[in-house]
Parts: sequence; C-alpha cells; structure tokens
Amino acid sequence: MNKFLEQMIAALTEPAMQQEMLTGIWETIYSTVAATVLACALGLILGVILVAGEKDGVRPLPGPLMKFINIVINILRSVPFLILMMMLLPVFKPIIGTSIGTPAAILPLVAAAAPFVARLVETSLREVDKGVIEAAQSMGCTPFQIIWKVILPESKPGLVAGFVTALITILGYGSMAGFIGGGGLGKIAVNYGYNKYNYGVMFVAVVLIVILVQVFQTIGTKIAVSLDHRITDKGGKKRRGKAVAQKIETEKRVPPGFL
Amino acid sequence: MIELKHISKVFPTADGDFQALSDINLTIGDGDIFGIVGMSGAGKSTLVRCINLLERPTQGEVLIDGENLMALSPARLRQTRRSISMIFQQFNLLMQRTCLKNICFPMEIAGVPAAEAKKRALEYLDIVGLPDKANAYPAQLSGGQKQRIAIARALASNPKMLLCDEATSALDPTTTRSILRLIKDINQRLGITVVVITHEMAVVEEICTHVAILDHGHMMETGTVEEVFSNPKTEAGRKLVFPEGACIDQFPVANVVRVVFNGGSSYEPLIASLAIDCGVKVNILGADTRNVNGKAFGSMLLGLPEDKNDAAKAMNYLKAQPNVTVEEVPDYHE
Repeated sequence: MNKFLEQMIAALTEPAMQQEMLTGIWETIYSTVAATVLACALGLILGVILVAGEKDGVRPLPGPLMKFINIVINILRSVPFLILMMMLLPVFKPIIGTSIGTPAAILPLVAAAAPFVARLVETSLREVDKGVIEAAQSMGCTPFQIIWKVILPESKPGLVAGFVTALITILGYGSMAGFIGGGGLGKIAVNYGYNKYNYGVMFVAVVLIVILVQVFQTIGTKIAVSLDHRITDKGGKKRRGKAVAQKIETEKRVPPGFL
Repeated sequence: MIELKHISKVFPTADGDFQALSDINLTIGDGDIFGIVGMSGAGKSTLVRCINLLERPTQGEVLIDGENLMALSPARLRQTRRSISMIFQQFNLLMQRTCLKNICFPMEIAGVPAAEAKKRALEYLDIVGLPDKANAYPAQLSGGQKQRIAIARALASNPKMLLCDEATSALDPTTTRSILRLIKDINQRLGITVVVITHEMAVVEEICTHVAILDHGHMMETGTVEEVFSNPKTEAGRKLVFPEGACIDQFPVANVVRVVFNGGSSYEPLIASLAIDCGVKVNILGADTRNVNGKAFGSMLLGLPEDKNDAAKAMNYLKAQPNVTVEEVPDYHE
C-alpha cells in the first residue's frame, strides 16, 4: 500500500513523470478529438444514407446497395475493437507511414468508430416526426432540401448527444490502443500498470481519463440541451439534461465491438 | 379547379391488398370550401393526399386547373405543390425554428430573398393574429396558436388551394371555431379554394359550401351542404347528418312522421304554430336541427296524435308549409 502511494506521489511530483502525464493528456485529447471529428463526419454521411435511402425514405436508393452498406456496418461493429484495430494497422500503414504512436492510431479508430456513429446518427434521424417530413414534401421540397433543412436541423440535439457519446467511446477505444502501440494516457496506464506493475502511475492515468470523460460529457450535455428548442423552461432543461446524460451513459456503456 | 377522376388507391399489406379508395370522382370549384366527411378509416386522409400526390393513386387522374399531376416530372410536381398548401392535425411545425423562420420556410424553398421573405412572414403573422410570436418557438405555443402559425406558413407560398387534414381535430371547441373562422376569412379575402377533411359534421356546417360523404373508400354522395344536410340520400349520409336519428323506438306512438326542413327561416316556430293554428298537439320524438348561415337544416321526428282526424289535420298543415317536406316513418319500431 505504501509503495502504491509512493508511486502515485512520484507520478504527480516528479518533473519527468509530470511531463509524461501532460504529454499523455495532450495526445489523448488530440487523437480523440481528431478521430471523433472524422468518425462523426463519416458516420453522419452513412447515417443519412441509411435513413434517406431506405425503401420509404426521402430518397430511396437501390435495395442491394442499402443491404451492402448495412452488412458492412454490422460486420465492422461486431468485430471486437482491439482486434479490428490490429487488423487495420497494417492497412493504414502505407498512408500514415508508421503503425506505432498516436497518429497511427487515429485512422483505425475512425474506421472502428464510424459504423457505431452511423447507427447513433440513424437513431437520431429516425426520431424526426414523419409528419414534419410530409409537410415539407407538401411544400415542394427536394429530397436534398428535406435532409439539409428539415431532418438534420430537427434532429440536431439528438445528433450532438450522439457525437458526445462517440467522443467518449473513442476516448475509451483510444486508451485501449495503448496495448497495440497507440499513444496517450492509455499507453501510460498499460506501460506502467500492466508491463511494470507500477499501479500508482496507472491509477493516476486512469483518474485523468475519468476526469476527461466527465468534462467532455458535462460540456456535451450542456450543448445538446441548449440547442434544443423543444424545451423552453428551466425545469424542462434540467430534466432534459438528465435524460441526455443518461442516454449518453447507456449508449457508451455498450459500445458494440468493445466486448 | 380540382378534378379527381376514377381515383382508386390500393395499399398492399401482409394479409392481402387493402382498397383504401374505390373509383372516386370529385370536382372542387375555385373558391369553394369543400368538406370531405366520413368516419375514421373511411379514406379521407388518403383522398386528400391524392390531391397533392403525397399518396399516388393506384388508378385515376388528378387534374389541377386541367393539368394532370400524375403525368408531371418530379421537378414540375414540386413546383405545382407550392400552389397547394396543406395543414395538418398535428400542425407539423419545425420545432427547432422560430415561428417567423417556420413561416419563411416555404419561401426559402422557393428561393425568395431572405429580406423579402421576412417582411412577408411578418404580414402573415399579422393575418393569423399572432404578430407578437415572431421569435417564439412552437413549443411555447398552445395548440390553436400552433395551427395559426401552420396556416401562416401555408399561406406563405401564395397558394391557390389549401388542404386541411383534420386541422381542428386536436383542438378544443372554442379554438376550433376560431380556427374555422380564420380559414373562412382567408377563403373569402384571398379567394383560396379550401378542402376540409373532417369527421365532425359541425365543422362542415360551420364553414363548408360543398360536402362529400366518404364511407369505406366509396364516395356515397356529394353536393352543396344545403342539399346533403336537408336530405341525405344514403345510409352513410344519414348516419353522419343525424347520428341520433335511430333511437326512437322507446316512444310507442301511432303515427310517426319525419319533418325535413329544407332551409326556410329557422326562426319560424313550426311546432308552436301547429298547436295554435290547428289545435293539434304533437310529440317531438327527436330532432336534429342545424343552423347553416341563418337557415335551418335538419329533421324532426314527430309523433302524431292517435285520433285520425287530428293526425290528418296536422299532416295537411305540415305539408302546406314552404320549405318543409313531410314523410311517414313506417319502420320506427325497429
């Protein structure tokens, strides 16, 4: 127990350790944010195609194409993330030039998270009232106008909540990437805790990850709620905030492919 | 003018095809307020969606001012839809846009410059009586106010026609009346043809000039409100116009007659004058009289006295009245 405390104090006070932790925090934040932005962009496009392209969607696409997209998404989502990432590292190596370190982990992260984001986006888009879409059609909107001016703006709060979930999930995925050469706090936890039995440093790194998650989640929930004009009173905002936080919590708890 | 010719609509379902509409023919003149009534499931909503092709009829033609919508390209169809606005039972406003932005929406779609769209949107807010709600979000409004915003949005594309799909069914009676007054006002001031889908005869009475009765996908009868209300020709029509008409079997009276008012002054006290002028007392078994634009429409079931002479006297008196038809009801015991 004493050793554990000493290691923790060392992790927090030794300049070299402090530096390593700071670098870890920075690498975690930037790889998470970069991967999230890319995964969300890709997931948003896929989600829109999934909803708009289905048989009675606003712009039906050929059935075989939809089937193909669905199957690819399901396969990518059912391969455990760590294995998927190991499989993808060599695929992306020619593009990035290396298969070790933080940048190397970003593209595999995107590939692993985008299908997950696509399903979150799909759920949010489906929540848009069919009647509102019908009203837009009765006004002579093109399918693109319906997607761009009705479906996406109307589901904005849900989409933002989904993106926060994605951010937090990718933070978790990214930490796991520490096992296979990724950088950031995950790597520190793995290196010290798993390889060197230095549980104090691992504990500090884990606490830092937890703090990051909390910060991201709180800010994300606030933004999602403040964007939602369906609720107007203060009590409503509070209740909605709790609901959004809960949703983010449950969605990220079972990130498919994670188990 | 809206012309529907031989419209049929079949929905394929798991247990076979469902015929929602069968061979509907309908002509709606410019400036009319046309009511389409029927029980739930009669096919009213499907029929109104056939007018702007939100539902594509399986068979038949939809002509708007002589142009066959079914033959138009998607782009031309969208263009034509801008002249046929629609309002809904659930309002269908964009919840993440302010009222003003909601009203601007159809103009945005049509490419009206933002500044002009805003100016016009403010005018429409005025027309529907909510000038102070420009920056409110739909969630902050009551049902009646939401429908007013929806009407303003419907007007924003300068339509020739307004389709109302159960537009007042989610509202309370007072709000319903005020929305109906607004629709009537718009019809008169802007000359917009209005099609009203409803299951409430009261709505038809209140604003419609013409009415069509729909039952299980079939057009039972159609005509002016006066014609259909004074003398519904079909069972479905009678059921809707006189929903209470059937419960007379509890009164065992010798001769029962149905008196139908065909639109004379509703202020003529027929029964009282019958008693005074002929000295005959009749029993009112049931009555359903409606007041449409100051004229009485409806029917009354009268039990005539047992005495044959008195009964004949009363019969003759009633038959002599203008705008009243009298018929014996032989099957009242059933």
